[in-house]
Amino acid sequence: MIKLTVNGREIQVPKGTMVLDACQQAGADVPTLCYDPDLKLAGSCRMCVVEAKGRPNLMAACVSPAENGMVIETESPDVVESRKIILELLLARHKLECHTCEKDGICKLQDYCYRYGVTDSRYAGQGPHFGMEDPNPFFKRDYDKCIMCTRCVRVCDEITGAQAINVKHRGHHAKIATVFDGKLADSSCVFCGQCVMVCPVGALTSKVSAGKGKSYQTQNVLTTCTYCGTGCTFELNIKDNHVVGVTSVRDSEFSPVNKGALCVKGRFGWDFIESPERLTTPLIRENGELRPASWDEALDYAATKIKAIKEKDGPNSLALFSSARATNEENYLAQKLFRAAIGTNNVDHCARL
Amino acid sequence: MTNSINELEKDATAIFIIGTNTTDNHPIIGYKIRKNVRFNGAKLIVADPRRIELSNIADVDLRFRPGTDVALVNAMMNVIITEGLEDQDFIANRTENYEELVKVVEKYPPGLVAQICGVDAEDIRKAARIYATAERGSICYAMGLTQHSTGTDNVKTMCNLALLTGNLGKPGTGVNPLRGQNNVQGACDMGALPVTYPAYQQVTNPEVREKFEKFWGVPLSPNNGLTIPDVVDKAHHGEIKGLMVFGENPMVSDPDLRHVGEAMDNLELLIVQDIFLTETAMKAHVVFPGVTFAEKNGTFSNTERRVQRVRQAITPKGDARPDWQILCDLSNRLGYPMNFSSPEEIFEEIRTVTPSYAGINYQRIDKTGIHWPCPNTDHPGTPILHGEKFNRGLGLFHAIEFKEAYELPDAEYPLILSTGRSLFHYHTGTMTRRSSALNEFRPSNEVQVNPETAARLDIVDNEMVKLITRRGYIEVKARVTEMIPDGVVFTFFHFAEAAANVLTQAKCLDPVAKIPEYKVSAARIEKI
Repeated sequence: MIKLTVNGREIQVPKGTMVLDACQQAGADVPTLCYDPDLKLAGSCRMCVVEAKGRPNLMAACVSPAENGMVIETESPDVVESRKIILELLLARHKLECHTCEKDGICKLQDYCYRYGVTDSRYAGQGPHFGMEDPNPFFKRDYDKCIMCTRCVRVCDEITGAQAINVKHRGHHAKIATVFDGKLADSSCVFCGQCVMVCPVGALTSKVSAGKGKSYQTQNVLTTCTYCGTGCTFELNIKDNHVVGVTSVRDSEFSPVNKGALCVKGRFGWDFIESPERLTTPLIRENGELRPASWDEALDYAATKIKAIKEKDGPNSLALFSSARATNEENYLAQKLFRAAIGTNNVDHCARL
Repeated sequence: MTNSINELEKDATAIFIIGTNTTDNHPIIGYKIRKNVRFNGAKLIVADPRRIELSNIADVDLRFRPGTDVALVNAMMNVIITEGLEDQDFIANRTENYEELVKVVEKYPPGLVAQICGVDAEDIRKAARIYATAERGSICYAMGLTQHSTGTDNVKTMCNLALLTGNLGKPGTGVNPLRGQNNVQGACDMGALPVTYPAYQQVTNPEVREKFEKFWGVPLSPNNGLTIPDVVDKAHHGEIKGLMVFGENPMVSDPDLRHVGEAMDNLELLIVQDIFLTETAMKAHVVFPGVTFAEKNGTFSNTERRVQRVRQAITPKGDARPDWQILCDLSNRLGYPMNFSSPEEIFEEIRTVTPSYAGINYQRIDKTGIHWPCPNTDHPGTPILHGEKFNRGLGLFHAIEFKEAYELPDAEYPLILSTGRSLFHYHTGTMTRRSSALNEFRPSNEVQVNPETAARLDIVDNEMVKLITRRGYIEVKARVTEMIPDGVVFTFFHFAEAAANVLTQAKCLDPVAKIPEYKVSAARIEKI
């Protein structure tokens, strides 16, 4: 174990622990942008710099191993000054349109500017403009908001493994691009949106959710995906009794299978729930056409016909196709209905299809 | 799955995937496999007629002729036994009938099988050595293995391979079917099958039946029921008069849609309970509007047997009702009272009749789901099956001979047609075709054609063509791609207006599982 002091508090951590983790263990809230606990370290944004007594330079906490006897200050005047300059540099090429930004309220850049009182940038006006890109229907790439943290590049490589994007050019002109800087649809991108999940600012945002509600206007409900059998969990974002989006839950306690990762269907394929084509009333066939009916009418119709067929031809002339998409509770009731209430084992579902 | 999903990311040192385009159909599992191969050095064997994404990082890529799975894997076992790579301790202590297996696989030397499967014999040897010598070898498969007239044989053959090498009961091993639907595992667990009550308790077992009769308070039928294909046939013949279809769309998902359509039209009563007016609902006499997963509480059981919560996030749309309420309402009208006030109350009843779920309750799975079997509330669940012994005691080797698919190509229909899923759609498209972004990105069907095949037929990429089998035809866009081998074509089954199942056959199913042979039909392509 290693002993060190963080903001006057002594703690012990295992050898190999990074200063950032040690600070977090000591209860210090060190700001981070490029750091992501599930991705390889980049150490590029310098937001997490801290002061170690006796060292000439501030150190990036995320990539610096903790050492025995270190005395760390996470909010010293030098640290704060450094972070303010870094924020100003980032703001220099970050389009400030927080009022219409989908990430308003969950933007780390916004949070840290607020925290350190950075209102604008003395370096503004120097940055190149990239504009909006890519006509795909899933997510927006607004690279005038990109802060080059490269979390999207790393998640695409390390979690999804698609390797669709990387950094193009250097310095001021650096940007995130696909090979030959083309459309995502022409790259190896699979539109899983893991990049949208990890983007700390508004550079990558869902088009399906656009304009439907900001994070502080929605309630989130943890649930399990309705598509394939993997059983990914995520949160449905709810505003005014409507589903307006899906967001990842990255804590493995709540997302044990996927740890926040999703596929294109799970992340962007939820708006069928709100489709105007949803069935909203029972229907009964009359003169060859289906017409709206009340629940009593529809249930009575079905029950009367079932009873008549059972009476006339026996229970085994009736059958049920139950549902691999419905819940356990519903499948249990459905088979019980046919076995106990009707009296047949003609119960199956589309496991084979 | 005998094992759990996360073992594929961390524990498996070799992964053998057969008949699963994992990154498209189980993307998160596909990503985990890829991560393990790229970052931990796990070996990967891919056996698939198509060059799938995972083929790009595979140590061995066996692009074999559709329908020759048993021959391929028998040859791998032939190599393992010939080279003495089998796990003798495991065979001696945990299995029986090994001699019969040896006798059969002797007949499948890699040189001979290479010709049957259209692969290199050396690749078969290499695959066999990688899997057999791995410290922890995992097998994953999906419908590419099972949707054959020999589907049951194919699965048993994979079990043979795992038994032969002792790759069972430990982390990172196992025989792992990747199931395609959110709760297909749970629907099976709950007894939505013609031969079993919940937890796979046989309806023909008098003791079991007596237990359920006592619990449900009514006499129960002692006879096995009918599978879906049998119901469709019997509806055709007029023996099945009434059918309730709940959250399914056989008018897109079932084989030979003309045959299915005629069967549906023949019914005296078709009740459909769904969230949209599906192609099946359009034929119904009465339609009950159910709700999506966002509008109800309950549980789903995923492919690794993990029981997880589904939570209501919004109220039902219009007059739609949670499906469990509709089922209760109907039962009450049939004179069999079901008075549940919540899904949790139903789950409490499930626990009492389903031994594998007995230890699970909503409180325990509030955060993280639990893998069944979980016999009591102190039990942590079972991510890995068959650790000490198998359900039947010893693992049984099945000696299985290779059989060709039912409908092979000939002069009139020279191509092999396989059907399956796209990354961007799900099943019959009921939900994904009404999801704006997904449908905008992939609005229509395609048939994947190898450049050589395309050149012979004088067709080019994006050309509309007629895809024809003995059952019928669809008009569909050709996508010329080297992903598919010469002589094989592939199409998606999500698109009702160009439905793959117009083309598939319902005559020859797997005799045990009654699964249709979606992966092999004889077909031809014509220019329009």
